[in-house]
Amino acid sequence: MGMLEPTNIYAYKLITKKDYFAPGHRACQGCAEALAVRLVAKALGRDTIVASATGCMEIISSPFPFTSWRVPWIHVAFENAAAVASGAEAGMKVLMRKGKVPKKKITFLAMAGDGGTSDIGIQALSGALERGHNFIYVCYDNEAYMNTGIQRSSSTPFGASTTTSPAGKVVPGQITWKKNVPEIAAAHNIPYVATACPSYPIDLIEKVKKAAKIKGPAYVHILSVCPTGWRLPPALSIKAGRLAVETGVFPLYEVEHGRYRITVDTGKLRPVKDYLKIQGRFRHLDETMITKIQERVVEEYEKLKKKVTFTEGV
Amino acid sequence: MGKRIGLEVSLSAAEAVKMANVDCIAAYPITPQTHIVEHLSELVNDGELDAEFIPVESEHSAMSVSAGASAVGARAFTCTSSQGLALMNEIVHIVASMRLPVVMILANRSMSGPISIWNDHTDVMSIRDCGWIQVFANSGQEVFDHVLFGYRVAESRDVMLPLIINIDGFILTHVIEPIEFWEKEQVEQYLPDFKPIHRLHPDKPVTMGAVGLPSIFSEAKVAQDEPLIQSKSTIISAWKELGDIVGRYYSPIETYRSDDAETLFITQGSYGETVSLAVDELRDDGISVGLIMDRLWRPFPFDEFRKATGRAKNLIVIDRAISYGGQGGPLAIDLRSVLYKEKNQPDIVNFICGLAGRDVNIQDFKNMYHKAMHKVKEHPREEDFEYYGVRGK
Repeated sequence: MGMLEPTNIYAYKLITKKDYFAPGHRACQGCAEALAVRLVAKALGRDTIVASATGCMEIISSPFPFTSWRVPWIHVAFENAAAVASGAEAGMKVLMRKGKVPKKKITFLAMAGDGGTSDIGIQALSGALERGHNFIYVCYDNEAYMNTGIQRSSSTPFGASTTTSPAGKVVPGQITWKKNVPEIAAAHNIPYVATACPSYPIDLIEKVKKAAKIKGPAYVHILSVCPTGWRLPPALSIKAGRLAVETGVFPLYEVEHGRYRITVDTGKLRPVKDYLKIQGRFRHLDETMITKIQERVVEEYEKLKKKVTFTEGV
Repeated sequence: MGKRIGLEVSLSAAEAVKMANVDCIAAYPITPQTHIVEHLSELVNDGELDAEFIPVESEHSAMSVSAGASAVGARAFTCTSSQGLALMNEIVHIVASMRLPVVMILANRSMSGPISIWNDHTDVMSIRDCGWIQVFANSGQEVFDHVLFGYRVAESRDVMLPLIINIDGFILTHVIEPIEFWEKEQVEQYLPDFKPIHRLHPDKPVTMGAVGLPSIFSEAKVAQDEPLIQSKSTIISAWKELGDIVGRYYSPIETYRSDDAETLFITQGSYGETVSLAVDELRDDGISVGLIMDRLWRPFPFDEFRKATGRAKNLIVIDRAISYGGQGGPLAIDLRSVLYKEKNQPDIVNFICGLAGRDVNIQDFKNMYHKAMHKVKEHPREEDFEYYGVRGK
């Protein structure tokens, strides 16, 4: 566990007790994605319209006639959350402009998993970011297609064993590096991009609030630990998220109007082994593979730090 | 009466969209529908139409944007052709199941491959079972009228279903026709503001697009099909009212010299006018022939067809799409079903022709008549179909 600042201890008391993502949904034990959804919904509050992609969060929250959503929510398909949110945002804007609906600030949230974002939904996402809709896109990244049974996505990390990248006798699991979607989002020159993790709830809430405040498209990429798919005990969900950050595997940063900032600096990076060893999906990795991952993590982290320095004056 | 203007049909369709005071237009270019969205973008950018013009990155997103816009209660319009329709196919089905009254113009074009930009009905037939109300327009004026009719019907509280207006690519989209515009007052009288039963809004949160487990799925689908079947009465009354306002009366099927005809041509889309000329010429030769033009495709006008074909001995069904490995074109297949239980079943001869814009003229339809008569005489119960005008056939 990293050190908690006293202000952070106090800050928890300031989080609203109101939930817009109701309990009683059907997520697995220890699902950090459901926790992240809850925190995002808290951060955005009542005046929000959500467009959700097909995936775990859609399945667990809306089995007719039940719903966990206390804010207006729509699900259309897998790859089009960004497009549906675009339509809702544009539609509401013109209705208010024409006086058909009373004027009011409404936040539009599109949400999808890593499959719905980095693979099948990336075109709709890119289109919506480029068009400049005033909305937030949140990717809940649990690093595989968990809803269909733990198949690899382009967001699955190197080395991970999934049901379509199994650790075999010849091929040791996923042999490609995780696609960097926050960087792809940032390349659209949108006003706000951030990474977050529910293991750092204050950081997450602040970023989502900032995303809502900023005019134009915002992208928030949330690492969402999946005990079922990552093969770890549900009680370790929060710890695994912390380790992802402390090892530099998943740094928490934001890009505000082109300016990079690391928001949670945990000091000297812990060895990635600490993160990998608690997860069954990495159980098969040998020292060579672990070293390879370690080198890559350091390299990426250094790159990120350079971006921070480089964009300081922006 | 509105003013009469000579205008390209695509442009007049866009003008009708403007008269409908549409809120959101999702646009992606594909031939032959491009002129419609181009003109709409001009109307929006010139301030003549207060709408959000959303230049999406694909047709899949065009339909998804339309779904999102319609879900918040905005009047949504989009249009496409062939491959674009195929790409948005997934969402086309969902929009119907979510009861979102989007109106789409489909500038009919053949489905690839081989890739072709020209006109037939293979695109629309690929989504025959998508749950939208589907009409065919025969002329530019019909396109104009049916945009306003489309929103009127789709947004009716007892319907709440999306609607497709089929218009033949190039044959209709790119011709200049005299179009009678509606007066503003006529539009106001005919088409009220869209007032959705539910909309996405924080003041009254609703969940749309929930998971349908097997315990509820069948009920959900029946609850979707019933209003589509029942929408026919709303469609007919909306046509009646349209006629009372602008003086043009439409019906699910249109008949021409059919009352006493022994043989009836049956068409969809713009071929109707050409066939009517062939009918005139055949009549001049003393042949008892008439025409039925199908305007309403879904819900299918079973009763109207039974009534209109009741006295005919022969039907010549013109299809412009293939049901690969099936028994003829989609229209012929439906017509055989309609007449299956009738006592006096006519012989049905089915021609598939005019694929990818291949010209079919008056003489061709006359040839089809004679071919059909020969076939009926020589092989009366043979219920297959024939490709007309194909080399080597």
